Amino acid sequence: MDEAVVSTFGFGLSDPALANLLQIVGLSLRVTLTALALAAVIGLPLGALIGISRFPGRKAVIIVVNALMGLPPVVVGLVVYLTLSRSGPLGALGLLFTPAAMVVAQTILIVPIVVALSRQTIEDLWGELGEHLRSLGLTDVAAVPTLLWEGRFALATALLAGFGRASAEVGSVIIVGGNIAGFTRTMTTTITLETSKGDLPLALALGGILICLTIALNAGAFAISRVGARHAG
Amino acid sequence: MPQIFRRTFIAGLATLALGGMATAQTAAPTDTSIVVASTTSTQDSGLFDHLLPIFTAKTGIAVKVVAQGTGQALDTGRRGDADVVFVHAKAAEEKFLGEGFSKVRKPVMYNDFVLIGPKADPAGVAGTKDIAAALGAIVAKKAPFVSRGDRSGTHMAELALWKTAGVDLEKARGEWYREIGQGMGAALNTASAMNAYVLADRGTWLNFKNRGDLRISVEGDKRLFNQYGVMVVNPDKFPHVKAKEAQIFVDWLTGPDGQKAIADYKIGGEQLFFPNADQPGA
Repeated sequence: MDEAVVSTFGFGLSDPALANLLQIVGLSLRVTLTALALAAVIGLPLGALIGISRFPGRKAVIIVVNALMGLPPVVVGLVVYLTLSRSGPLGALGLLFTPAAMVVAQTILIVPIVVALSRQTIEDLWGELGEHLRSLGLTDVAAVPTLLWEGRFALATALLAGFGRASAEVGSVIIVGGNIAGFTRTMTTTITLETSKGDLPLALALGGILICLTIALNAGAFAISRVGARHAG
Repeated sequence: MPQIFRRTFIAGLATLALGGMATAQTAAPTDTSIVVASTTSTQDSGLFDHLLPIFTAKTGIAVKVVAQGTGQALDTGRRGDADVVFVHAKAAEEKFLGEGFSKVRKPVMYNDFVLIGPKADPAGVAGTKDIAAALGAIVAKKAPFVSRGDRSGTHMAELALWKTAGVDLEKARGEWYREIGQGMGAALNTASAMNAYVLADRGTWLNFKNRGDLRISVEGDKRLFNQYGVMVVNPDKFPHVKAKEAQIFVDWLTGPDGQKAIADYKIGGEQLFFPNADQPGA
């Protein structure tokens, strides 16, 4: 059993097993980073707009978005499953049990996080810079790109929170991806599978790799934002 | 604030998103592939890891296995989300056929269920052969028993065995009977943790590593027979079903090459599944 742990960390790991592991890690990162990029494109402008605009029912919208940060992955998975199933409304796309389906599910999961956290950041920034930007003749909507740029380092935290949520969840991807070997098997679904096979040391080792990857990515983002902040002066 | 940075920043994000979406979609193998909805027992026993590379090498058809309980796998077929279903619950399979979701069911192989139990053996059934008597003893002693509770083939077999044993589960149900609603491996993990009895297919048991104090308590009863069948999902109902490739898979599985590959799969010298595609009525 200890062999499994050792081999998983790459010592004396056979070529196919290593290739298999790298493929799983690669797929996990590709799916999660794609979902994150989509969530950023959708969530950052939306969060900024909610942050700076005033409209009736705005408080209710904020409460709903904040609540959606806690969307249960398994519910998102089920809804996406029913939507993408051949018998569902978008069945013709044939996306169920593909990586694209997992991207869709994870994007839905993390958009509320990006919206909620960026809304807060932009609202604060708008309080500081709003008058200045208005004096430059920018309308509220035209100010959104500037605000996003000014708040980029704080917004990176919102994106990291989204990344953490997406990379850690298993509930939605296992339903919409189907945990197909070599195709939709991610780190977390592999951990689920190995646990069910009773290969607990291997499952634990994979969990270790997942945590290390998350730490590495966060450290990288932290370093970039520090360097960036210094240059931005 | 240089406008160019801002634009690059936003354009970069958009490119990343679109590019990622594109790679996520094209990640599928370029050659043909089929989706097979199958059971956790065929996956957790390691059978597919043994069979599929042989099949793919020979035909160039990649097989994507979604491992679920038998009931769920059949439902996946009913929704048109799989090209082939490969499961083990004959009555449920015949219902699937009767509803027109497939045209033909073919027997593939069998193995058997075993009653797994703790070394301490609180029900005193270890080494016996009569599964009905053993289940009766478990109820009488209220010894902990883990049930799959997930409409899987193994769960359906378990419910049928309680009936055979003359146990009315609705009345006998209590603290001792724990329905977990999960796959075979998870049920074994649970039984291992609480030293309970559990009905398992032999293949998953042989491949299971976290045994703790568990071992086989009852085996060899004819009523523990476990037949697997395979069906192509009816392309008349779902035009997108890859009927041609699916049929090639079914023909291989039930033909001489596939049957031999099944017989060749062994763990520790022990054969897990016994091919019987040529057995009428299986």
